Amino acid sequence: MSDDRRDLSHELPRTPVSEATVAARRGKLTVATISLCGCWGCNLSTLDLDERLLPLLDLVTITRSSFTDLKRIAGRCDVGLVEGGVANEENIETLRHFREHCDVLVSVGACALWGGIPSLRNSIGLDECLATAYLDSPTAVPGDRPTIPLHPEIPRLTDRVRPCHEVVHMDYFLPGCPPSNDAVFAVLDAVAHGRPIDLPTSLTHYD
Amino acid sequence: MSITVTVDGVPVTVEEGATVADAATAAGAYVPTLCFHEDHPALGTCRVCAARLDGRVVAACSAEVHDGAEVEVAADDLATMRRQVVGLLFAEGNHVCPSCEKSGRCDLQAVAAETGMLTSEFPYRYPGRETDPGDARIWLARDRCILCQRCVDLVRDDEGRPVFTLTGRGPDTRVELDHATAAGLSDEQVAAAVDLCPVGAILRKGVGYDEPIGARRFDVASVRERALRGERR
Repeated sequence: MSDDRRDLSHELPRTPVSEATVAARRGKLTVATISLCGCWGCNLSTLDLDERLLPLLDLVTITRSSFTDLKRIAGRCDVGLVEGGVANEENIETLRHFREHCDVLVSVGACALWGGIPSLRNSIGLDECLATAYLDSPTAVPGDRPTIPLHPEIPRLTDRVRPCHEVVHMDYFLPGCPPSNDAVFAVLDAVAHGRPIDLPTSLTHYD
Repeated sequence: MSITVTVDGVPVTVEEGATVADAATAAGAYVPTLCFHEDHPALGTCRVCAARLDGRVVAACSAEVHDGAEVEVAADDLATMRRQVVGLLFAEGNHVCPSCEKSGRCDLQAVAAETGMLTSEFPYRYPGRETDPGDARIWLARDRCILCQRCVDLVRDDEGRPVFTLTGRGPDTRVELDHATAAGLSDEQVAAAVDLCPVGAILRKGVGYDEPIGARRFDVASVRERALRGERR
């Protein structure tokens, strides 16, 4: 990576948070979410909490979320929710940053737990996948030299898509594709009230 | 003849010849079984139903109890064993539940959830396994096969010939489908073979996702509820 990059989302100028907001947040639990290699469906399950989100926000502050696409956490965070598996160098970097800055890190959804749909490429091999996508693609521009994209600003793909817990230690696992809004609520509610996360079988499903 | 055994310290009366799993069910204790099918003799291939009989770990589906036997099913170490055996099956194959049409009626998926498996404790292998799409009605998706051998031991045509066989050894073991014999099966026999497969390895072509989410086998009643009322398949 070059040193002169200036336009990463967490480096952009931001409006300072007012003292009133800082005071209101004091004592609340901080939660951060991130989407790695996934489809964002698990975040939609969080949005599906609908009106249940509002009382939760009296106890929890979401310091950064996939909705803002900020990749870095400012300061310490109590809980990190990670959606998606690890499929490129940027995913590894972001996941390690989350591990360093979060007390409790939760794998959310099939991709984070075992690679999910993106891991279908694992049994095929990266070379063959890239060749099919770029070299032998039926939609390639006729006459153009077939090229696999390679640029310092494009994260390099890992040879295999990996579960998060094969890269860093994960504390809890929430299966599902996506986990239901009830399952996401159960996790956030347990965390907000200081209970251990222990999902009933009725909320555990892999599809 | 009736005999008396204890299951986790609770005395129960069962018929002679009952298995550890039968005794557990009689005591209202759940021990998950995977390869066992109530209409057929026990196969004992998957080892998911680990329980303790007189201090020794056995497969609950096939080990018979005797008068005065002490059975344990709920101990933490046994629960861990069962969860790890299931986790090995998940790590060994390619079990893509989100896109599998057997989801919601898959024994492996249902049993794994009951053992408390959230993700496999073992590194996923993502093996490259060949599927056999060559048959007119049966799609053999080996990615999901757990080598339980239900199809190998139990699926026969009208003349008693096997339709599925095992080839290879060790990690190269795989199920083969005999296309000539399969062609002689009635549609009902094909449907029975699909239903017999505890995972989504044997599928009927041209049907697909025919049961909506919420109406699938284990959506309606969990594998635990079914086992506790004596339905094991």
